[in-house]
Amino acid sequence: MKLLYFAWVRERVGKGEEVVEPPAGVATVADLMTWLAGRGEEYAFAFENPKVIRAAINRTHVKASAPIAGAKEVAFFPPMTGG
Amino acid sequence: MPATIRLQSSDFDAAAEAAVLTRGRTDIGAVVTFSGICRSSEAGAPVAAMTLEHYPGMAEAEIARYVEEAETRWPLLGVTIVHRYGRLVPGDNIVLVVTAASHRGDAFAAAEFLMDYLKTRAPFWKREERPDGTVWVDAKSTDATAADRWITRRQAAE
Repeated sequence: MKLLYFAWVRERVGKGEEVVEPPAGVATVADLMTWLAGRGEEYAFAFENPKVIRAAINRTHVKASAPIAGAKEVAFFPPMTGG
Repeated sequence: MPATIRLQSSDFDAAAEAAVLTRGRTDIGAVVTFSGICRSSEAGAPVAAMTLEHYPGMAEAEIARYVEEAETRWPLLGVTIVHRYGRLVPGDNIVLVVTAASHRGDAFAAAEFLMDYLKTRAPFWKREERPDGTVWVDAKSTDATAADRWITRRQAAE
């Protein structure tokens, strides 16, 4: 699946996008954040406080409890500050 | 209902956008035009510039969802939303919402609803250039409160 990062999540991870294949057992957005946090220092920093990070699956806002099965594109970002 | 949603780095002309919505129409009795403009200070701290990052593809889709929602709530005759991205300096336009309806109450309410949703749900992020460096703007709880008032009882129960 394709992952996208925006704003300070992107800066901390050090890239805007990547393709990953999470292992079986990574079922929800929250699981995915936990798994990502274990992939290295920069990921641990980006996902140190998962409660403040928002997510979208296939370009629609979702909660951390949302299942990621079938997701083509998952995005992580801080709370929005547009307008 | 004609709806136009554009994301662009270039400036917009609010009066021209409103004129496009009403041209040739005699059923429109009210047009509300809201422009959000880049300020030179935030909470007392000077801001030299801001850069708006967005999620291409999702931003358009997300805004289209609020426009559809607005259409179910008010009898609108036209909506135009333009949101800029990239680096902006104080005085620059950031966002434009134009709503047209037969009567002003619907146009005012829909414009406010759309702005409240843009602030809290459209995937845009502001980074400000301040004297002590660049910082990502924190989401304001007042914006969340403003958006929450539009949640219906049905939605809150879900």
